[in-house]
Amino acid sequence: MEAYTVLLVVIPLISAPLTALIANRHVAWGLSLLVGAATFVIALMLLQDVITGRVIHYELGGWKPPWGIEYVIDALNALVAVIVTAFALLSVLFGRQSVEREVHDSQLHLFYAAFQLVLLGLLGMALTGDIFNLFVFLEISSLSSYALIAMGHKRQALVASFNYLIAGTLGATFFLLGIGFLYAASGTLNMADIASRFEQYDAMALVITALLFILIGLALKAAAFPLHSWLPDAYTQAPSMVTVFLASTSTKVAVYVLIRCLYHVFPQEYWSQLLLPSFLLLSGCLGMLYGSYKAIQQDSIKRLLAYSSVAQLGYMIVGIGLNNETGLTATVVHMFNHAITKGALFMAAGMVFYRMHTTSLHQLRGAGKTMPWTTGAFVIGGLSLIGVPGTAGFISKWYLLQAALENNNYLVVASLLIASIMAIMYVWKIIEALYFDGEEKLHLHQVPSGQDIVAAMPLATLCCYLLVAACIYFGLYTDLSLDAAKTAAQSLFAGGPAR
Amino acid sequence: MNYPLMMIAALILPLIATVLISLLGRWPNIRESVSAVTAALLFAVIWWLFQAPAEAVTLVAAAPIESLKIAFSVSRLGILFALIASGLWLVTTIYAAGYMRAHYEKNQTRFFALFALAIASVMAIAFSDNLFTLFIFYEVLTVSTYPLVTHAGTSAARRGGKRYLLILMGSSIGFFLPAMIITWLSAGTLTFEHGGILQGKVDTSWLWVLMLLFMFGVSKAGLMPFHRWLPSAMVAPTPVSALLHAVAVVKAGVFTLLKVVLFIVGPDFLAQSELSQYLLIVPMLTILLASLVAMTRNNLKERLAYSTVSQLSYIVLGAFMLNQSGLIGGTMHLAMHAFAKITLFFAAGAILVATHKTKVSELNGLGRQMPFTFVFFAIGAMSIIGLPFFGGMWSKWYLVNGAVEFTGQPVMQWSLSITLMISTLLNIWYLLTIPMHAFFKPATDNSTFKEAPVSCLIAMAVPAAMCIYFFFDPHLIYDLASEIVTGDGQ
Repeated sequence: MEAYTVLLVVIPLISAPLTALIANRHVAWGLSLLVGAATFVIALMLLQDVITGRVIHYELGGWKPPWGIEYVIDALNALVAVIVTAFALLSVLFGRQSVEREVHDSQLHLFYAAFQLVLLGLLGMALTGDIFNLFVFLEISSLSSYALIAMGHKRQALVASFNYLIAGTLGATFFLLGIGFLYAASGTLNMADIASRFEQYDAMALVITALLFILIGLALKAAAFPLHSWLPDAYTQAPSMVTVFLASTSTKVAVYVLIRCLYHVFPQEYWSQLLLPSFLLLSGCLGMLYGSYKAIQQDSIKRLLAYSSVAQLGYMIVGIGLNNETGLTATVVHMFNHAITKGALFMAAGMVFYRMHTTSLHQLRGAGKTMPWTTGAFVIGGLSLIGVPGTAGFISKWYLLQAALENNNYLVVASLLIASIMAIMYVWKIIEALYFDGEEKLHLHQVPSGQDIVAAMPLATLCCYLLVAACIYFGLYTDLSLDAAKTAAQSLFAGGPAR
Repeated sequence: MNYPLMMIAALILPLIATVLISLLGRWPNIRESVSAVTAALLFAVIWWLFQAPAEAVTLVAAAPIESLKIAFSVSRLGILFALIASGLWLVTTIYAAGYMRAHYEKNQTRFFALFALAIASVMAIAFSDNLFTLFIFYEVLTVSTYPLVTHAGTSAARRGGKRYLLILMGSSIGFFLPAMIITWLSAGTLTFEHGGILQGKVDTSWLWVLMLLFMFGVSKAGLMPFHRWLPSAMVAPTPVSALLHAVAVVKAGVFTLLKVVLFIVGPDFLAQSELSQYLLIVPMLTILLASLVAMTRNNLKERLAYSTVSQLSYIVLGAFMLNQSGLIGGTMHLAMHAFAKITLFFAAGAILVATHKTKVSELNGLGRQMPFTFVFFAIGAMSIIGLPFFGGMWSKWYLVNGAVEFTGQPVMQWSLSITLMISTLLNIWYLLTIPMHAFFKPATDNSTFKEAPVSCLIAMAVPAAMCIYFFFDPHLIYDLASEIVTGDGQ
């Protein structure tokens, strides 16, 4: 099993340049599909292997850590790898038609090459046990996602991408500086090594500086409030497929790295004495409320969902800030549940855009009658986003609620409930516009004639409904998601993967 | 036969019917036969479960979180509800086959398929083993009946549907869900148990909040001010109004409240807290106000809807009296009202099909042209009023007994009795005048009308006959009700 680990990174690494060189859009799509499928299968096998609590160590090139780079896979990052690869596969399937419309033909092969690089970067971040290696992968994924976002069909995509570039580079720089300080203090870059000898240098002021730099860098990448400003524009302007992929994976991986750093690099006892948990709670709660509030005010579906992502990231940050095992379980399981929920919703938004050439709600009034299936996806995905029992969203919120009550933190409980009510409002806003409004005739833009054949997206609809079904399935049968999250949270609290 | 297997059959049969009906859309006769045969089978299965010695079997379908399971088990109250719903489903199918064709309704396949789906969720509600399961299928019932409400597809139908969805889902997520979470946090379980699970786990100041959350969260029970969805739902075709909005959906609401009082909070615990005499004010006001509003409505179906709102509160009232007679009366009324109100709705639909009249004021003199329809209407009306020779009398009898036995402040005891009395008078006024005018007032125009289709008449005759039958032999319902209240056969 160990040997497969590295394949997760090697496969996209080989395929991406090939895709760029062959320069044929059909081959590019086929290769991306293959990469997605292969990595997904491997990730699933890895998860099955580690879900019981086993930890896989893989030494790259046979160099012993801490000198060489090692990959460490436990339940937590195996779950993250499954999320990332599953969404890579689904977005490629979903994007077959929509990408051809939204991205210029001459750029298609480059688009898919960049897409594979993002996948490579995200997987690398998830798997590596070396903090500098993590930075490298972070940069790979960020740089290629700037390119992907910039390929959006509107000119504003360039601005959105540029904003993201500035924010992302700032974040990466902060992260790198933090690593530098940590290296100066500890003399090593291996995460486990840093953690195991932490008592030797935890009194140094350098360490706390390192912690802060790393945190701020990651918070920027994870779009934690108030460092979220790049996210709504980027998600709105990017091609639909990119939005689906990034929304369900990239911020989740950043949250994962945050968890990894907080529990496996810096010991938990070290930072829980600082004000940090309170800051995380504050950021999370404000993020939840602010994101939901802004979501209610948006007119574009994509933008609305993007702000809702800011809110949902708040839930994950709160789970970390609560600093107990249940909270951490909630965060991890919400990473998974929110990925499927938001993936389904952004796919539905993508299909609306493909069909109607707009995502603006006031232009889409009554479109639900021409697109009943898509509207159905919005309804079920929306229910999961709200957290109605029987859907995936309920599971994570239930755990978060329990975690908050364990700490007797009623402020969190209150913001959780208020944010849920606000979620009802913004989900209802979509449903109302699509289904209940619309006495007037639809104004379609640039829709070629004979549109029904053009607009049918069987493959995309299938992908979307796969995720919709997952929203319900994982609300009822939680063996996979919840067990992985519980194992992960337990091992994190036990103090790092066993050697 | 095997007990768990029959439980599964009760849950699965309507689902199978849903699938079959949607596949058989091209052959309407076969489609309706499938619907009717399934309904008959379902009724037989539930009758078997009713007769068989009770086994404590719990079917666990899924357990998303430990201690929060989706599980089903058979309780006597569930049997009662399932018997009513499945039996009347059969009658309604026969009625609907005539009505929908005579009315040239569109999308009939979708109509019958969703109808079966709604019954499937009703079965899941009736047999739910815990509040969590009940909540999920409570929501499924809302969603699956929504397209039935907006069946006509007109903007009025969509407006009505929007209100239906908003009130039912909003209140259940806003109030019912928090109430469920509070219950779980205090008791650590949501499983229905005889005598309740909250005894000693919650103090009175919280129980107060909790009860209000339940009462207003379960807005399918139609307690004011969350009753507006029911009149809005009257834009639906008449079979939907008849089975779903006089029996299945609204009874799911009061069923939930009965379950909460009997098996979650526990009548003894609620009685100790002495809260019920204040909580009673809500159903009392609903009974009176809804009756008053019903008098002002000229649209027949809307008048019946407000009458339903008022009658539902009888059941809630009976539950909150917290004594044997009140609880038995409330439970019996669940059944008696179902038979009477479905007869009234069927008659209203028959009038609509035959004459295209929807207003009460247009019905003068019609009785001589449609004698059967109006006789059935009169039977239903008299049963609801609670006159002798009709089943409705017994449930009112026990409710009045319950009011007399009520052990709160004397003021409340008096106002309970007075409420029941005034409401009966109002019922006579707004229900019985309709057949009276139809028979004895001169017709306003000279056009002649035929009787309703035969299948409609047959379907009306069955529940009307039940209304009379249960006056002479109420043992079936009385025994079930007293078993439920005393906890035998749990």
